[in-house]
Amino acid sequence: MQDFAQSFYLAFQLVASANPDLVEIVLLSLKVSLSAVFLSVLIGLPLGAAIGVARFPGRNAVIVLVNSLMGLPPVVVGLLVYLALSNAGPFGWMRLLYSPAAMIIAQTVLITPIVAALTREIVEQLNDEYAEYFRSLCLPRHRALAAYLWDARFNLLTVGLAGFGRAVAEVGAVIVVGGNIDHLTRVMTTAIALETSKGDLALALALGLVLMVIALSVNALVMMMRGTATRTAYA
Amino acid sequence: MLRRKAGKLVWGAAAAFALGGVLVGVAHAQDESIIVQSTTSTANSGLYDHLLPIFEEKTGIKVNVVAVGTGQAIKNASNGDGDVLLVHAKPAEEKFVADGFGVERFDVMYNDFIFVGPPADPAGVKDAGSVSEALEKIAGAEAPFASRGDDSGTHKKEISLWKTAGIDPTEASGSWYRETGSGMGATLNAAVGMGAYAMTDRGTWISFKNKGDYEIVLEGHDNLFNQYGVILVNPEKHPHVKAEAGQSFIDWILGDEGQDAIADYKLDGQQLFFPNAK
Repeated sequence: MQDFAQSFYLAFQLVASANPDLVEIVLLSLKVSLSAVFLSVLIGLPLGAAIGVARFPGRNAVIVLVNSLMGLPPVVVGLLVYLALSNAGPFGWMRLLYSPAAMIIAQTVLITPIVAALTREIVEQLNDEYAEYFRSLCLPRHRALAAYLWDARFNLLTVGLAGFGRAVAEVGAVIVVGGNIDHLTRVMTTAIALETSKGDLALALALGLVLMVIALSVNALVMMMRGTATRTAYA
Repeated sequence: MLRRKAGKLVWGAAAAFALGGVLVGVAHAQDESIIVQSTTSTANSGLYDHLLPIFEEKTGIKVNVVAVGTGQAIKNASNGDGDVLLVHAKPAEEKFVADGFGVERFDVMYNDFIFVGPPADPAGVKDAGSVSEALEKIAGAEAPFASRGDDSGTHKKEISLWKTAGIDPTEASGSWYRETGSGMGATLNAAVGMGAYAMTDRGTWISFKNKGDYEIVLEGHDNLFNQYGVILVNPEKHPHVKAEAGQSFIDWILGDEGQDAIADYKLDGQQLFFPNAK
């Protein structure tokens, strides 16, 4: 019980004093995970939308594959990206291992299936509903797709948040490809793992509390933007 | 019109963050820096936090430490993913050099391994006259023992001690012999949690904060010696190795200044590592 009280106190103290190390770690966490969300939306959104409206042989198999990739274990993604970026691997010449860029790549691989699968689900439902109507209007395919995505923009925002939640909370991938290097690749989750291994459970939990507050703030911020957008849309 | 603006704002913000992230990565890559593949025991003890600022101040070379088990550190260095290797498993280190992955191995410092356990000491390890006798007592009493089980330097050492005692604990794997497959700190957390004995290096133990009521039950025997070595990754094998910067780190840590800095590092008034470069 004492650990809990101590953790809350520590967390409060860390935030209140704006501990420079903590600020650095928090900013890197946000940069890495938000970049990964941005890239995975860039890849996953068109991919998911395409699967959602297209009809082709083997489509069900593709859907099953993308859906199961949502459950990719982060440490496996970390290993794959490590082997690819290692100096003994095919992309070693890029010299990206143990850098924030490597962490962004790993998290992008991790959450792109989430964005693609959820987008597919949303777009497919809209397509089932409106496909005939749009066809009767002789609307071209790409215009219909654009209409679906615009109509579903708020749902897609939630898709992005789901990806962000997964990215910012995972430790398995970034610790392998980033190496948890102080002042270079240390993020919230790897710092928590490190403090746990040092036996400083109170500090580890305090960092965990800070991480949860950050996730909460990002979600609240997006919610607020969404609220503003909805209000102005119907004003 | 306005709702478009709001939408653009979201994506604009996301793009700015993405760009920032990529730029940070590029900026860091251009600094003069080396990667040291090392062990959790040296990093968790806080030794690098003490040493590296002194070295960085003097040379301007940034040292990035990747702290993993010795087995993984050697593997990463063999792949060329590091410039310097600083670990503690002499036979594996010598093989690393013999295979051409490393230039030459130097002794840096030592500390020692200890056994920790619950104060009640159910197997009576405190009365043992030797390490082998202690292990026989643990196996005889089938007292829980938490092993690293991760091919690290500490794990390799532990296996060699069981071998010397003529016991194969892996037959009891899952019952009293418990292989955590984790780092030193995580294994100690587990040991304290399940009332098991564990072997650890003294540095990690002194700096470890979740000791509970655990005590040192065995220490001071000759075969508990723990030697650390440093090796430059061979630039002939991996041409991109920053040989010059890596060598200056090795020269510094083996020189008077580095050796004194190692001896200076104390926690709770206790010296954690003892320099012994020749």
